[in-house]
Amino acid sequence: MSEEIISKLPQGSTPKNESGEPIERRAFLKIAASAVGACYAAAIGYPVYRYLASPVETASLAAAVNEVTLPDAIKLPLNAAMIFKFGVKPAILIHHPDNSWTALTAVCTHLGCTVGYEPSRQVIYCPCHGGTYNATTGANISGPPPKPLTEFKVAITNGQIVVSRT
Amino acid sequence: MDKLSSPEHKQSGGINSLSSKIYSWVDERLGISGIAKLATKKRVPEHRHSFWYYWGGITLFFFIVMCVTGVLLLLYYRPGDEAYESVRQITYDIKFGWLIRSTHSWAANLMLASAFVHMFSAFFMKAYRSPREFIWWSGVILLLLTMTFGFSGYLLPMDSLSYFATKVGLAIPGVIPVVGPWISDLIRGGPEISAFTVSRFFALHVVIMPALFIPLLMFHLGLVQKEGMSIPESELEKPVSERRSIPFFPNFAMQDLAIWLIALNVLALFAAIFPWGLGEAADALKPAPMDIHPEWYFMSSFQTLKLLGAWFPGEIGEFVSLGLFGLGLLLWFFIPFFDPSTKGGKRGRLATYFGLIVLGILILTTAWGYWVLPAATH
Repeated sequence: MSEEIISKLPQGSTPKNESGEPIERRAFLKIAASAVGACYAAAIGYPVYRYLASPVETASLAAAVNEVTLPDAIKLPLNAAMIFKFGVKPAILIHHPDNSWTALTAVCTHLGCTVGYEPSRQVIYCPCHGGTYNATTGANISGPPPKPLTEFKVAITNGQIVVSRT
Repeated sequence: MDKLSSPEHKQSGGINSLSSKIYSWVDERLGISGIAKLATKKRVPEHRHSFWYYWGGITLFFFIVMCVTGVLLLLYYRPGDEAYESVRQITYDIKFGWLIRSTHSWAANLMLASAFVHMFSAFFMKAYRSPREFIWWSGVILLLLTMTFGFSGYLLPMDSLSYFATKVGLAIPGVIPVVGPWISDLIRGGPEISAFTVSRFFALHVVIMPALFIPLLMFHLGLVQKEGMSIPESELEKPVSERRSIPFFPNFAMQDLAIWLIALNVLALFAAIFPWGLGEAADALKPAPMDIHPEWYFMSSFQTLKLLGAWFPGEIGEFVSLGLFGLGLLLWFFIPFFDPSTKGGKRGRLATYFGLIVLGILILTTAWGYWVLPAATH
């Protein structure tokens, strides 16, 4: 195939011979053309990649949060919970019947559903596959979840709930 | 399998023999070697007007760029109420979004420009003559579709200029007697340009237009393959032995590739150095911007409308210019019937004069249109 093409090239380009000189020039041209091609591919590929990845970059910036202040959470009644956003992911704040507070990630460690608080049993329950977690420690009690929920630190400063990474 | 495992084949490199195996497997089923053979047989005439053969390819290149950048813009663009905000995000928030959008807009303009060059060169080389009438007709329709692409895409950012330019553009069909206002309302999705209009134009721009354009483009390109490149009269007068041609593959294809590379560089320069701007959000309650004008490819009709409007006040003016444009377009479209001869002759010369007059009017009215624009754009 390539020999055919070479023999059809117009004047100026000698077909390759055994001694190898024209092949050298051909090989050089090939490498040079490939290098230029690679430069173009990079010059087009890089902006396109950054364009596509832009929301991912924005999200990872938003996820780099260490502390969230919840001004109205102090009004949460006893034995109740609320879901809030910690960075980009949902988290759960539980007001226990003994007036203590717990904050945990609200993402089930099994397949990523958002979990909820069950006041009657005082456990955290995932409706997707029935996993339950301890509402105070986040430990996985029953069902498919392989790991406990990550716990946050809860502090009350100036009448506001402040949740931070431990 | 026996061949693959034989010692000579192992020596000569397993990858080559594997790829040739895969090639012959695919070839048996798809018959690609037949196409490859056809490509090596195909020849392109070479003469002093050969330069014009590249412009169809350049137009095609810009169309491909439009498709790629258009799909990329689709990822973040939201039609309807959020249209302006989403374009603002693409332009200012999303990484390299400005470049993608700028490339899309510049490629649109360059595509139209090269399509015009392509059409006029085909006209003056009399490439519309038998047996290429359908190539001409499909080409003219492709250009009209491209202008519709431009018109529908222009509104999508919903900034002040695009809003008012579209408002003016959509008022024009309104002068058609009886059905005009009804047509305008139907296109707009109401009496005013709104989020409904944007959604309609969006559907037109990304679904309906490509669905019409791409099959017609295939038809156009397929016919060019079937009939080969048109040879101008001056060349046909020469004896066959004196006519020169080059193989399509690799010679013409390589030259085409080189031209595409130039087109890519020109596009990249324009897109990066003159990034496409975004005006204020459209507001129907603000007066139209002083420098309101359509895109350059509608400037000629815009200016003609203004001129005839001065001579024929009221809706008559718009009606007269619509009529004139319609008539001119019909003549242009059916030129293969008026000038069918393959020899020179009176009709051939008349057709050339007609082309020169059309080109002259287009250039003159476009330049005039820009000349009388308020200083804001200069």
